[in-house]
Amino acid sequence: MLTEMAIFIFLALVVVASAMAMLLSRNAVYAALFLAMNFVTVALLYLILGAPFIALVQVTVYAGSIMVLFLFVIMMLGAERLPGGEPLRGQRVLAILLGCVLLVEMGLIFALRSGLLQIQMPAVVFSEPVDLGELLFTRYQLLFLVTSVILLAATVGAILLTRGDKVSLRDLLQRKE
Amino acid sequence: MNLSDYYAITPLVFLVCWAIFLLLVDLWIPAGRKGITALLSAAGLLIALVLVLRSGEQVLTAFEGSVVVDGFSVFLSVLFLVSALAGIALAHDYLQRLGLERGEYYPLLLISTSGMMLMTYAYDLIEVFLALELLSIPLYILAGFSRLNLESEEASLKYFLLGAFSSGFVLYGVGLVFAATGYTDFPGIAKAAQNGSLNPTLFLIGAGLVLTGFGFKSALVPFHMWSPDVYQGAPSPVTAFMSVGAKAAGFAALLRVFVVVFPGMSVNLTPLLWALAALTMFVGNIVALVQSNIKRLLAYSSIAHSGYLLMAFVPYGNASVRSDAIAGMLFYLAAYCLTTFGAWAVVIALEKAEGKGLELEDYAGLGHRYPFLAATMTIFLLSFTGVPLTLGFWGKFYLFSTAVEGGFWQLALIGLLTSLISAYYYLRVVVIMYMRPGTPQVQRNFWPLLTSGVGALAVVILGIAPGVLLNLAVSALLKGL
Repeated sequence: MLTEMAIFIFLALVVVASAMAMLLSRNAVYAALFLAMNFVTVALLYLILGAPFIALVQVTVYAGSIMVLFLFVIMMLGAERLPGGEPLRGQRVLAILLGCVLLVEMGLIFALRSGLLQIQMPAVVFSEPVDLGELLFTRYQLLFLVTSVILLAATVGAILLTRGDKVSLRDLLQRKE
Repeated sequence: MNLSDYYAITPLVFLVCWAIFLLLVDLWIPAGRKGITALLSAAGLLIALVLVLRSGEQVLTAFEGSVVVDGFSVFLSVLFLVSALAGIALAHDYLQRLGLERGEYYPLLLISTSGMMLMTYAYDLIEVFLALELLSIPLYILAGFSRLNLESEEASLKYFLLGAFSSGFVLYGVGLVFAATGYTDFPGIAKAAQNGSLNPTLFLIGAGLVLTGFGFKSALVPFHMWSPDVYQGAPSPVTAFMSVGAKAAGFAALLRVFVVVFPGMSVNLTPLLWALAALTMFVGNIVALVQSNIKRLLAYSSIAHSGYLLMAFVPYGNASVRSDAIAGMLFYLAAYCLTTFGAWAVVIALEKAEGKGLELEDYAGLGHRYPFLAATMTIFLLSFTGVPLTLGFWGKFYLFSTAVEGGFWQLALIGLLTSLISAYYYLRVVVIMYMRPGTPQVQRNFWPLLTSGVGALAVVILGIAPGVLLNLAVSALLKGL
C-alpha cells in the first residue's frame, strides 16, 4: 500500500512537472517531447489503476501517433530552430546511460516472459478490451455516437478554416494591393 | 438498449442525421446558390420542432436513465430550435453580402443546436460534458467564419482557447464529483449525497469547478473576459445565436446539475451564487455605459442579463420557491431570446463590410429615414431595460419577486438598481436614433426585417399578455424535474 502510494505520488509529480515544462519551454520540439512524456506518465497511472488496455491505447494513440504528427508539423514549419548550441550539457553521456537502462529492462521483460524469474503477473481485474467494447456499445452507446459527431464537426471545421478557395485568395491579393 | 431509447430522442437523432445529409448535399449546390442549403436546414429545424412538440405529456427516460425528456427539456429545445431558425434567417443575406457564403455554416449550426438539445436531456455528468463540447466546437468554428477578417480570427481563437480551458474546469469538476461519490449519473450522485456516503470536501470543490466551467460558457463575471471580444469579432448572426443558445444551454446544464444533484449543498453554494449574480449585474451594466460600438454594447448587456438569470438560482435550495424561480428563469430566457434576435436583426440590417456601420453614431437619423426599424429597435431596447408593459419587464418582475420570496431582497434591490443604470445606455441608443440628424444606410432584406418584425410583435403581444408564456413555463416544470 505504501509503495503504491509512493509510486503514485512520484508519477503525479512527473505528470504535473512535465505539463508545466511543456507550457514553459520556448522550443516547440521540447514542448512536444514534454507532452509525450506527460502522455506516457499518464499511461503509467492507468496501469497502476489496473487498466492495462487503456494504458496501451494511451501510449499508442496519444504518445505514439498524435505526437509523431505534432513533431512532423513542427519540423515542417521550421519552428524548432532556435539560436544556441546544445543547451543540456552531458546529454550524450546521459543518453548512453538511459539506453543501457532500456536494454536491461528489455532483458528483464524477456526473462519474465520466458518464466525464468518466477514472478506472478498481477491478475487483470477490469477494462479488458471485451468489457470495454461491451460498455461502449451498450451503456455508453449514445455517448459513443455523440463523440463521433463531435469529431465530425471538428473535422469539418478544420477543413473549413484552412481550405484556400479561389474567392478568398483573390480577396487576399486585393487586400495586399 | 433498443430502438425505444432512440425513439425518446427522435428530434435529436433527426437533427444530427439532417446535418450530415446537408453536409453531403451541399457539395452539389453551386456557390452563390447556398440559399438552397439555408432553406433545407430551416426545413430540417421545422421538422425537428414538430417532432419535439409531438412528444406529448409523458416524461421519457432512455439509455438506462442517462437521458430524460421532460417538460423542461421540451421548453428549452423549442427555444433552441427557434434560435437556430432565427440564426439562419439572419445569416443568409449577411454571409452573401460580406462574401462569406459557405454552405457549411448551416450544418454546423444544426450540430450546435443538437448539442444544446442534448444538454437539456442529459442526466449524467459525462453526457453533460459531451453535450457541452458538441455545442461549443461548431461555435468556435462559426466564430471564425469570416476567415480573412483578423477580428473574426481572433474571436475564434480566443473563444476556442478559453472554451477549451473552461471545458477542462468542467471535466475536472466531474472527475472530482465522481471521486467523491463514485457515480456520474444524477440519481446516483443525489443518492450518495442523501446517504452522506461521500467525501464532502472533494464534492464541494467539484461542484465549484463545474460552476466555474459553466460560468465561462454563460459569461458570468469574473469569467466574462472573452465575451466582448468574441461577440464583436464573430459574424453578427453567429453572435446572435451564440449569445442566446450557448448561454441558455449553459444555464440549462447548471439548473439540472444544481437542482437534481447539489440541492444539499445550498448552504455552501448559495452565498457564492449570490455574489456571482450581484457582481455580474454590476460589472455588465456599468461597463456597458461607456461602449460606443453596438456589438460591444450588446455583449456587455448580455453579460448583465446572465446576472439576472443567475438570480433565479440563488434560492434553489429552498424547495417552496424553487419551482417559481425556475419558471421565472425559463420565462426570462424566452423573453431574452426574442428580444436579442430582434435587436441583432436591426444591427445586421445596418452592418456593412469590414466592420463598418457598427458605431452608435451610425444609428443617427434612423428614426426619420427608417421608422419601422427604429421603432422595432426601440421596442427591443425598452424590453431589455425592463420598462413596464414590455416582455422584459415581466421577466425581471418574476425573477425579482421570487428572489424576494426566497428572502434575498438585497439581491432584488441590486437588480432594480442595475436596471436603472442600464436604462441610460439603452435609451442613449434610442435618443441617437430619433434626436440626431444623420443618413444611415440600411440593407433592405426580407429575412432580417421579418425577424425583427416578428420579434417586436411577440415582445409587445406577450408583454400585454404575459400569462400565456408564464403558463407554458409553469406547465413545463410540472412535467418532471
